[in-house]
Amino acid sequence: MTAPLVEMRDMVKSFGGIKAVDHVSIDLYPGEVVGVLGHNGAGKSVLMKMLSGALPRDGGEIYINGEKAEIDNPRDARNYKIETIYQYLALADNLDAASNLFLGRELISQTGFVDDALMEAETRKILARLNPNFRRFHTPVSGLSGGQRQSVAIARAVYFNAKILIMDEPTAALGVQETQMVAELIEQLKSEGIGILLIDHDIHQVKMLCDRANVMKNGQLVGTVKVDEVSEDDMLGMIIAGKCPPNAIPGPGALQNA
Amino acid sequence: MTDTPTAASAPPKPRNFFSALEVDTRLLGMIGAFVVICLVFNFLTDGRFMTPRNLFNLTIQTASVAIMATGMVFVIVTRNIDLSVGSLLATCSAMMAMTQTWFVPDWLGLGLNNPATMPIAVVVGILTGLLIGAFQGWLIGYLAIPAFIVTLGGFLIWRNVAWHLTKGQTIGPLDENFQLFGGINGTLGETWSWVFAALAVAGSFYALIQSRRTKIAHEFPVKPVWAEALIGAIIAATIIGFVAILNAYEIPAARLQRIYEARGEVLPEGVVEGYGIPISVLLLILIVIVMTIVARRTRLGRYIFATGGNPEAAALAGINTRLLTVKVFAIMGMLCAIAAIVASSRQTFHSNDIGTLDELRVIAAAVIGGTALAGGMGTIYGAVLGALIMQSLQSGMAMVGVDAPYQNMVVGSVLVLAVFLDILYRRRTGDRT
Repeated sequence: MTAPLVEMRDMVKSFGGIKAVDHVSIDLYPGEVVGVLGHNGAGKSVLMKMLSGALPRDGGEIYINGEKAEIDNPRDARNYKIETIYQYLALADNLDAASNLFLGRELISQTGFVDDALMEAETRKILARLNPNFRRFHTPVSGLSGGQRQSVAIARAVYFNAKILIMDEPTAALGVQETQMVAELIEQLKSEGIGILLIDHDIHQVKMLCDRANVMKNGQLVGTVKVDEVSEDDMLGMIIAGKCPPNAIPGPGALQNA
Repeated sequence: MTDTPTAASAPPKPRNFFSALEVDTRLLGMIGAFVVICLVFNFLTDGRFMTPRNLFNLTIQTASVAIMATGMVFVIVTRNIDLSVGSLLATCSAMMAMTQTWFVPDWLGLGLNNPATMPIAVVVGILTGLLIGAFQGWLIGYLAIPAFIVTLGGFLIWRNVAWHLTKGQTIGPLDENFQLFGGINGTLGETWSWVFAALAVAGSFYALIQSRRTKIAHEFPVKPVWAEALIGAIIAATIIGFVAILNAYEIPAARLQRIYEARGEVLPEGVVEGYGIPISVLLLILIVIVMTIVARRTRLGRYIFATGGNPEAAALAGINTRLLTVKVFAIMGMLCAIAAIVASSRQTFHSNDIGTLDELRVIAAAVIGGTALAGGMGTIYGAVLGALIMQSLQSGMAMVGVDAPYQNMVVGSVLVLAVFLDILYRRRTGDRT
């Protein structure tokens, strides 16, 4: 079998005396959607932030396509084509869609200045594909609906040809219709061979969208399951009690049978 | 706030005259306020307020605070504050005054009024401002000490560093060439002022046409041609009117005679000369242009606004927000030094109290000009207009004969009122930030 797109080995992160992520290993293959589940404070967001470079790791190694990767800041992650869509929509509210899409990677004209017209044109192109209803290119994104804002965040990932996409509760702030839009988009990106790590609370949604799921509890990996082989109750059991169903691959955080 | 088909129907037809022009209504409001202030004072002073002489004085009185206000916009946009600008101005002024009266003439042995004195003093001043500003920015960005505290400390420290350096003495007169930055002692004269006006009009037209071309090239909607033409005409009229007023302020005959005598010529009969644009005001105009370009057309400016809007998002986008803080405060420090050049040369000497209370005027100017203390919003031209509005209130009241305590009470009330109006405006237009 080919090397996984992403492999995180023995990842460790502590805040003070608390081990937020305690020797967690997970992997992700191209064209696969892998869920990362757990309670609030289980360490899933911290784990993802180490991959996206937003938090420096205390220990562990990251391999991209089988090769060891050095990811120490968001720019490093971007160079590995890792893009992140955050739970609280990491957009600068006071800027328009184009400025947000290109934030940190502005297109520069020959005279050395920021080329707003070109960025707007590119933004119009990509958003026409993702969300044809999007028309408000000159208002600050604070004036947009949750779905429109999320389209901007997703457009950012798609425009820069993400190979690995981290989605931190991408639908938490969205309505039903907009959630549907994101779900369709995930299917589309998946078919293009992009690997997606999806952090979500909604078991139902994980069951629908994901191929595999990792469950975390108290910073440790409870286990990894193929979502088709387990029930929603099995996954709930893993999240709440740390109890692994028989067909799961147990991790260090699994409840030991006494 | 959902995707209703109406919200998506594009492109919206201009609803009224002003939206067709696509001008900032807040800018119009400020210009309106300024015009009203001018008219009211003109009425109260029997026409003495809107004379070329008074308007000329207004521009040179505004220059120093306005220069610093452009930098304060960046500081406040990044959710910081700088309380030390008045004190920093004093330290820069002290350094430059000592360079001119002691370091260059005595240490370097170049004597007084050497042509090299002015450039050396300017470099010394700007380096002083830049380094102190960058240092304060480093304390704020890298050591995470709140800007309020760092600059409150700076407010006490730099005021008294200036005192210590000069032993509290007034230092002057300053170098003759240096005094050219002071306003009345250095103006472009009528001819060069008109040259400047012509260049400014040509430059504005070029920018307007270029912007329209870019939009058409990308197939974006453009304004109707009449709207573009009207805006161009208004800009041209403003520039020409501004220069005409400054040119209309005539140099007094006695002074003109001295100028001709200094050149070894005799003043011909019936010759009158206008002052034209003061060099300090020219400096302000150049700074406004540069700062506006930085704000709108460079990555630095984009990052300043992004960081102000959402610091976390900016950091996640790979922006080094700590270094950005250092840069913003370094720019602020540099502008304090330039303001110090203008302020000290205007009074022709360095005094111990130079720049006192300027920090409050500068902050007030930026805030009246629409800079939001919550961060992420503000314009350079707004801050300059804010400074102009405050200065015109103050000198108008002085002309009317309002007592000093009442003057400050009015300015204070105007500050609060301006921010309240801004809040109302934003509520109506639906800007949430």
